[in-house]
Amino acid sequence: MVELKRTPLYEEHQAAKAKLIDFGGWEMPVQYAGVIEEHQTVRTKAGLFDVSHMGEIDVRGKEALEFVQMLITNDVSKLEDGKILYSPMCYPDGGIIDDLLVYRYDSRRFLIVVNASNTAKDYTWMLEQAKNFDVDIDNVTDEYAQLALQGPRAETVLQRISNLNLSEINYYTFAHGEIDGVQCLISRTGYTGEDGFEIYVSPKYARQLWRKILEIGAPEGVEPIGLGARDTLRFEARLPLYGNELGAGISPLEAGLGLYVKLDKTAFIGRDALRAQKKQGIPRKLVGLEMIGRGIARSHYPLQKHGEEIGFVTSGSFSPTLNKNIALGLIRADQIAQGDVLDVLIRGKNVPAKVIPTLFYKRKDSFSS
Amino acid sequence: MNPVELMYNKNHEYAKVEGNIVTLGITDHAQASLGDVVFVELPDEGAMVTGGTSYGTVESVKAVSDISASISGKVVEVNTLVMDKPELLNSDPYGEGWLIKVAVDDLSALENMMTFAEYETFLSEEEH
Repeated sequence: MVELKRTPLYEEHQAAKAKLIDFGGWEMPVQYAGVIEEHQTVRTKAGLFDVSHMGEIDVRGKEALEFVQMLITNDVSKLEDGKILYSPMCYPDGGIIDDLLVYRYDSRRFLIVVNASNTAKDYTWMLEQAKNFDVDIDNVTDEYAQLALQGPRAETVLQRISNLNLSEINYYTFAHGEIDGVQCLISRTGYTGEDGFEIYVSPKYARQLWRKILEIGAPEGVEPIGLGARDTLRFEARLPLYGNELGAGISPLEAGLGLYVKLDKTAFIGRDALRAQKKQGIPRKLVGLEMIGRGIARSHYPLQKHGEEIGFVTSGSFSPTLNKNIALGLIRADQIAQGDVLDVLIRGKNVPAKVIPTLFYKRKDSFSS
Repeated sequence: MNPVELMYNKNHEYAKVEGNIVTLGITDHAQASLGDVVFVELPDEGAMVTGGTSYGTVESVKAVSDISASISGKVVEVNTLVMDKPELLNSDPYGEGWLIKVAVDDLSALENMMTFAEYETFLSEEEH
C-alpha cells in the first residue's frame, strides 16, 4: 500500500477528531461535526478548509506568457498582474487534462494551481509542452500550505488579523500581505459558491494560521470544514469537479465551460478539435436534474429516456440548501429540454427526474462573473 | 428500545425479538460511521426478506449502504416515518429510527447473533 501524504495540518485534524479519508493520495478530513452542519456553516457564517493538497506549479521565464497561452483554453493575454484566471487545460483531442487557476505575477511569472490528484500528471504534461519555450517549470506544491476561509463572514474575520485592506482585493485577484504577522499570498477565490479567500502560506506557519483563524473567528461561528461539505457546496454552485463533470473523455464545451474556451485566441492545445466540435455541434450537454421519484442519483448512474440510455450522472447528492435530491448529468444534446422528465437507473430501478437549470444555488450578493 | 435487550450482527445491524416478530434496525455505531443519513429505502409490507441478503438501502450525504436482514421472514410493518425523516436514523436509531418488523417462522438464525456484551467487545476489537 502506498503511504498517504499528509498536510501540515494533519495533527490539527486528528485533535479535532475529524474523520480522515484517502483523497487523491492524501489523508484528508472528510468531516468534523457532520457534512450538513458544516455545509450550513459555510452558507450562513464562514468555514475554514485545509486545501494544502492542491498542487502549485511555478512557471517562469521570458516566454512564460506565450507558454501559458498555448497550454490552456482561456485567454491569458488580457490578464493583468495580480489577477487570476480560471481555465481548462486540454489534450489535442479536446479532452480535459485538468481545470486550474492561473495567477499572474507578471508576464514572466505565473503560478498555476491544479487539482491534488492531477498534480503529477499536469506537471509532466507541462514539462513536455515546454520544450520549445524559454521557461522554467517547477512543481512547488511542497512549498505551500493552503487554507480556504469561505462564507459571508470571511472578510470580517480575516480583516482582523491582516495588514491588507481586504475589501480592495476583488473577486479573482490576489495580493501579498500578512495574516497574523505571517507573509501570505491572499486570493479572493474559492470552491463553495460563497465569498471568501484562499490563503497560500509556507507550511511551517500553517498550524499557527489555522488555530488563529478558528480562534478569532469563533464569535462569528467559524468552524473547520471537511471535504464532504466542500463537495456539496461546490456541487450546489455548479462548480465542476475533475473526475465527475470533467475528464479526458469530456470536452470543456460539453461540460458547460464554453466561456473559458477562447477559440479565436492564438493557437492552443486542443483548439482544432474544439473548433471542429463547435462547428459540428456539441454532442453532449451538462444538465441539472431534480429527483421526482424517491432516490439519490449518484455519479455514473445511467440516464434513460423512453428506455434508451442517453447519458450518465456526473454528480448527485442531497442538497442541504434546497432540501432536495439533485444531480448533474451529461447527456446527448439532442435529447433534452428544460422540464423534460428522464429516468435515473438506481440499483436496477427507473426513478424519474426532471431537467432543471444547472445553477442550483447562487448567493444573493453574488459578484457578476 | 433498550440496546441491552437487542441482538447484533457484524454489519452493525440489530434485531429485537418479541414472540415471532423481529424488529430490524442499524446500531448507533453504524449511524455514526455513516454520517448524516439523507435517504432510506425499505421493502413494502408483505414482501419477503431473506437472512444475510439486502432488504434496503441507507444513504448518507457521501455513501450508499445496503442493509441486510439477520433472519428470513415476511415484512409485517415498515417504518414510513423514517423514510420521510431519514435523520431519525441518526438521532434515534434504537427508537424512532427502527426500519422494519418481520414475522419469522424459524428463529434459529438468531443464535448466530451477538448479545449486547458481545457486540460491545466486537466494537472495541474492531477499533484496534
